[in-house]
Amino acid sequence: MAAGVAAWLPFARAAAIGWMPVANLPMPVAPAGKNKRQDEMIILNVSGRRFETWRNTLDRYPDTLLGSSEKEFFYNEETKEYFFDRDPDVFRSVLNFYRTGKLHYPRYECISSYDEELAFFGIISEIIGDCCYEEYKDRKRENAERLMDDQEDNKDAKPPNMTCRETMWRAFENPHTSTMALVFYYVTGFFIAVSVITNVVETVPCGTSPNQKEVPCGERYTVAFFCMDTACVMIFTVEYLMRLFAAPSRYRFMRSVMSIIDVVAILPYYIGLVMTDNEDVSGAFVTLRVFRVFRIFKFSRHSQGLRILGYTLKSCASELGFLLFSLTMAIIIFATVMFYAEKGSSSSKFTSIPASFWYTIVTMTTLGYGDMVPKTIAGKIFGSICSLSGVLVIALPVPVIVSNFSRIYHQNQRADKRRAQKMQKARLARIRISKQGTSNAFLHSKRNGLFSEAPEFTSSTEEDQRLNKSTSLLESQHHHLLHCLEKTTVTSPLNYINHEFVDQQYYQQSYLEAGLQNYPSRSPSLSSRDGVSGTCCTRRSKKQHAPLQNASGPAHMQPLTQVHAHPRGLQELSTIHIQPLSTSRSSLNMRVDEPASLNCQSSQITTAIISIPTPPVTTSDGDAHLRAGPAHQNVVKVSAL
Amino acid sequence: MEVDGMEVFAIAVVVAMFVVVLKQFGVWEPLSLEGKICDGEFELSMVRHQPEGLDQLQAQTQFTRKELQSLYRGFKNECPSGLVDEETFKTIYSQFFPQGDATTYAHFLFNAFDMDRNGSIRFEDFVIGLSVLLRGSVTEKLRWAFNLYDINKDGLITKEEMMSIMTSIYDMMGRYTLPSVRDDSPYEHVERFFQKMDRNRDGVVTIDEFIETCQKDENIMASMQLFENVI
Repeated sequence: MAAGVAAWLPFARAAAIGWMPVANLPMPVAPAGKNKRQDEMIILNVSGRRFETWRNTLDRYPDTLLGSSEKEFFYNEETKEYFFDRDPDVFRSVLNFYRTGKLHYPRYECISSYDEELAFFGIISEIIGDCCYEEYKDRKRENAERLMDDQEDNKDAKPPNMTCRETMWRAFENPHTSTMALVFYYVTGFFIAVSVITNVVETVPCGTSPNQKEVPCGERYTVAFFCMDTACVMIFTVEYLMRLFAAPSRYRFMRSVMSIIDVVAILPYYIGLVMTDNEDVSGAFVTLRVFRVFRIFKFSRHSQGLRILGYTLKSCASELGFLLFSLTMAIIIFATVMFYAEKGSSSSKFTSIPASFWYTIVTMTTLGYGDMVPKTIAGKIFGSICSLSGVLVIALPVPVIVSNFSRIYHQNQRADKRRAQKMQKARLARIRISKQGTSNAFLHSKRNGLFSEAPEFTSSTEEDQRLNKSTSLLESQHHHLLHCLEKTTVTSPLNYINHEFVDQQYYQQSYLEAGLQNYPSRSPSLSSRDGVSGTCCTRRSKKQHAPLQNASGPAHMQPLTQVHAHPRGLQELSTIHIQPLSTSRSSLNMRVDEPASLNCQSSQITTAIISIPTPPVTTSDGDAHLRAGPAHQNVVKVSAL
Repeated sequence: MEVDGMEVFAIAVVVAMFVVVLKQFGVWEPLSLEGKICDGEFELSMVRHQPEGLDQLQAQTQFTRKELQSLYRGFKNECPSGLVDEETFKTIYSQFFPQGDATTYAHFLFNAFDMDRNGSIRFEDFVIGLSVLLRGSVTEKLRWAFNLYDINKDGLITKEEMMSIMTSIYDMMGRYTLPSVRDDSPYEHVERFFQKMDRNRDGVVTIDEFIETCQKDENIMASMQLFENVI
């Protein structure tokens, strides 16, 4: 029910009295008189700006935040107002929605911030009124495209172990992936250029033959040109075959435009090889050579702009069709008129209507060759009308095509700029550094021995003071939380092994080695059984220095990679992943970069892995996906509070 | 000089274009002048109505000041011009009965509210009607109901009038009911109504018969009190 109509409900119910006298049965009991508050004003304080409205206004939409009892969570008893720590400008639109029943989207507002506010207040975006809905949808689409572009950039990390075929295909599609691909790209480009230039130069007159006739270069240096042509065609053939081999779907590849261009470019040569020196078909053979010019279209793989042009023309197909249709109409009309107008004059070139087509086209496109000119007065009048209207008809659809092209081109420019590797990496690095600040604080404080084992609950005042000095209340509470978590994930009281937060860099180094894929789990049960004591030492010693080399590394990291592969993880403010390490309790206070010689002596160390919280029940190996469940218990993403 | 057929045509085209150009310059005006003046006046001011003062309304109705304020705010929000026409009325009322067709009954309601029969309900009509329905005495309410049923306002309810009213009420129910409404249900209902109300069996129900019969019926009296607390 619309908002305002709810205000008429009392009226509708009152009007029901009209049915009473005719009713046969007694009426049901009226709903218990809810404490009918007198209409009162509510003050909504949004980041300092006060909005006041009637309570009834907000009650119109009971499934939103402001209309339900959810807003009581934001009630401030002292000031007797509801306080929201949100953007007051967007709140204006939100409140107007309650007042008028229509949600408007202000143009100057950023689309994602607007969406966030709507989500916060529990309003679905479909309610946006028709006046603003188009604009909203357009902006949302642009944003989604931008996000998709960014996603694609992030996927550039090369998944390992691609088959040779996939590697080749990737190299073909994106020349920046490897040096070989780049070389290939430039070589083919060079040969396309050579081939095109050859075709052109072939026809240039190149000196005279003995009988005083101008001979084109192609006939003078037949062998040279033939060799050049052969070389180019061989290169193109090899390239085509390689692409065909590497294509993930050969059938689809063969149907694609680029492959057709490739085929058309090399076919004339082979056909020419087959049918040589046959006088009858030499005419056709000459025609076939024309198709060699299609090789120039192969450049579209090399040029972004060409591809965009092609795409634009495809997307403006309807405008082009309209242009063509209107031109055809106008041509026929004017050609007819001109023919009949010039019929009277003698020696007129307008011999038939189709002959007049040529005049009309030349005139409408304002070329005006002058080979056909009207001589009668009527012809001249109509000729001038023809040229004037030609300008109009052609000028109309062109801006549409141009603006389409411009939009698509700029979008691509933006995408390319963002894809510029250096900028992206630098920006990401800066962001990572700032996010690491908070996570490092915890590790720093741990390193400085502020957390000690035994006196956890009976910390001396000295330690308290130290704590308070170096960390704020928020930080200390956060650190305490992390510490509790460490304590919680104890394998068994006997071994007293628990997980420890480590430096994020180290974790990421070792994690990146493991790659993004889900590995088949290799040693889930290694945990409690094998005493892989060698690994702990090697691992610790290499902790700060080199990325992990040993083979068992990935096995331990494996469950965590799952969670980390989740793209949302990158968006957390600070991600601290627990690294199941084999450490003994004594190492907690140890400085991290000390050579880790101590632990190895303790024979009770086992490599603690994944399914720790349920200790003896180690999940069987093989099913990588199962990991995600138990793994989640271990890996914690803690966002800075 | 001899003029060719095509030349005549060409000259005609040239003349036509000349006229078009003149029109653009505003020189060729005589025929279209009156039309322009008429068009300019098309922006009529919206009819607007301001209600009587709060005090008068308070005197005329049984609502308190605050209630009147609240009522007016809702009214003005929905109809900024201050007048409700029949279409808006029907739309609003239909939204409460989405399954059926409430337009006919809304039409009757509209006529009942629109006391001076001028095709639109002002705020005063609205509020006075509501006052009777919610705060009036039982007799007043019954009188109002009688007024509703009496479509032509001649003081008598005939079977045809009752039939229309009944059909419109059944229409509001819609088709998807359980048990489904039979086609002759309204007719039977009217028969029962007339049997009950029409004392002297003259085929019409007068206001006195109506009020008298209703006062004797307990169900009806109870239901009259049902919507007391609506505001």
